[in-house]
Amino acid sequence: MAERILTDKMIEEIRAFIPRYPSKQAVTVPALHIVNEHLRCVPRQAVVEIAQILELHPSQVQDTLTFYGYFKQDAPGGKCRVWVCRSIACALRGADELLEHLEHKLHVKAGETTPDGRISLEYAECLGACEHAPCILANDDLHQSVSPEQAEQLVASVK
Amino acid sequence: MKTVADFEPVLLANIGKPDSWTRRGYEAYGGYEAVRKVIGKLAPKDVAETVKSSGLRGRGGAGFPTGLKWTFLPPNHPGPIYFCLNADESEPGTFNNRVLMELDPHQVLEGMMISCYATNCKTAYYYMRCEYPLAYKRTLAAIQECYDAGYLGKNIFGTDYSLDIHLHRGAGAYICGEETGLIESLEGKRAWPRIKPPFPAVEGAFRKPTVVNNVETAACVKQIFDRGVEWFKSIGVPPDPNNPRDAGSYGPKLYCLSGHINKPGCYEAPLGITVTELIDRYGGGIWKGRKAKACIPGGISMGILKADEFHCPLDFNGPGKFGCLGLGTAAVVVMDETVQMVDYLMNSARFFSHESCGQCTPCREGTSWATRLLTRIKAGKGRLKDLDLLAEIGDTIGIMPGTTICGLADGAAWPLKNTLKKYRGELEEYIKKTNPDGWAETKPVPALKLLSIH
Ligand SMILES: Cc1cc2nc3c(=O)[nH]c(=O)nc-3n(C[C@H](O)[C@H](O)[C@H](O)COP(=O)(O)O)c2cc1C
Ligand code: SF4
Ligand code: FES
Repeated sequence: MAERILTDKMIEEIRAFIPRYPSKQAVTVPALHIVNEHLRCVPRQAVVEIAQILELHPSQVQDTLTFYGYFKQDAPGGKCRVWVCRSIACALRGADELLEHLEHKLHVKAGETTPDGRISLEYAECLGACEHAPCILANDDLHQSVSPEQAEQLVASVK
Repeated sequence: MKTVADFEPVLLANIGKPDSWTRRGYEAYGGYEAVRKVIGKLAPKDVAETVKSSGLRGRGGAGFPTGLKWTFLPPNHPGPIYFCLNADESEPGTFNNRVLMELDPHQVLEGMMISCYATNCKTAYYYMRCEYPLAYKRTLAAIQECYDAGYLGKNIFGTDYSLDIHLHRGAGAYICGEETGLIESLEGKRAWPRIKPPFPAVEGAFRKPTVVNNVETAACVKQIFDRGVEWFKSIGVPPDPNNPRDAGSYGPKLYCLSGHINKPGCYEAPLGITVTELIDRYGGGIWKGRKAKACIPGGISMGILKADEFHCPLDFNGPGKFGCLGLGTAAVVVMDETVQMVDYLMNSARFFSHESCGQCTPCREGTSWATRLLTRIKAGKGRLKDLDLLAEIGDTIGIMPGTTICGLADGAAWPLKNTLKKYRGELEEYIKKTNPDGWAETKPVPALKLLSIH
């Protein structure tokens, strides 16, 4: 038996969602969010345990997980996930250069995490903040009209 | 009809006032009066009838008449009937829902309560994309405030009507905005759109009758009960007498203005305002003193308007007259004279190939093929024949020939079709300039080692 990975707290949080829906399967995405928040990824063992709680086959949970770009499975995401929007309104105001600049500074490609585990650099499709283009979402903070220099400061300030 | 000049914003009226996102702030400006006039006082079918007579059309992109959609629910159904609020908002260029949810979440909830009452729904899901942390926080707090005040839960507002609203977060996929994709995602599965029929009104979430409406649509519903049908119909444009399929475009609308503009932002104006008026009156003109070259009239999937087409009225019928798919989300993205169309095409094609859910071959293969062709053209290896191929892809992948399950493929096709028609010369020139030796080539070229497109 693999060691249990979900803590009692996570299980409790997941169970709290069950009464909201007429099917347990509907709790899949909330459960993935909960695990992801705690572990910064959703390892395979967590998938098995979520499936147990929701009375699903693990493949059903795995299938859902892999569909959504938000969840990571193989390794934890960085402490700070930095999403650089690359859709049209941001692209018109320099998003591509911004992303390139960060790739260069952090020595990672979009989609990768820095070796020290501080930052995952990711691209996003429209963050819905096009009036502030180009914009970056860093965890829960939206940064507006970001210049390459500001982006550099932003990633440097992540502890 | 009200003109733009004497138009007074209502959807955005509270925004900028202190505490506009709290219940106290909202009620200080007259919030939750509309819902009190409705719940327990009017019969649900009369509420739906009022919305129908207002001519309100859904603000989520397709412009389907809201009241009419509600009447598709099976009459006298024993329930449950579900209501899903579509707050997935992922169309590039679009951010009006975010503005409402961050700064006036109670307006959205009030509209949702009225809509749920009208459709006999007792459990509603508020499906919000996960890229909106602030909107999530504020909406969650607003829902809690409503439960605490007895506006949600059992016997709301002291009536015998009960309603629960659950906030549900997405996980970063554009296709969750398509209504049946949203439903599948809500059910815990991959967001694969369903073949219709059956339509959600008959068989939707958890296989029960379901209404899916957009955030701004809900806000409009609230305004209709605050101010009346006459007021709503006095704004916008009546049906085009020459077009029997036009149901008219009534009411206020939120326009998202972005791109090469001095004052990007979300502005409220009557349906029917022209692109020029929008840019001049609200947008502060084109940035850096440059000239406009083109704009997207309503989110990336709608196609493109040339600068000499900016007199296009932004109502549900307007952009269609200029070869676009429609008004979409009324997100106007302006491009100045320095923009190359190949870049815009590349950006939109990449978006759609990234977001295609992969169920339908024409969509999955067509969008990635277009992206590969455009990558090659951009890299200076383009052939004139590629433009014919792109046009062919644009003409064949969509829902119009009936080969795909949902509208994403159509959305991918319009930028292609439209740009090839309106800017073919420029694209040809780009190819000739960047590939002087091979532009005329028609024989197959070796496969391109793909620069990562995803
Ligand atoms: C690919 C695709 C993406 C869509 N994305 C959204 C969206 O993000 N938000 C939205 O409200 N409607 C979106 N729609 C439209 C919805 O399917 C649906 O028509 C709408 O939510 C209905 O609400 P309404 O009647 O209030 O407009 C999308 C449609 C398609 C085909
Ligand atoms: S058209 Fe595209 S996005 Fe829509 S269901 Fe088919 S493959 Fe999926
Ligand atoms: S295009 Fe970047 S936030 Fe919309």
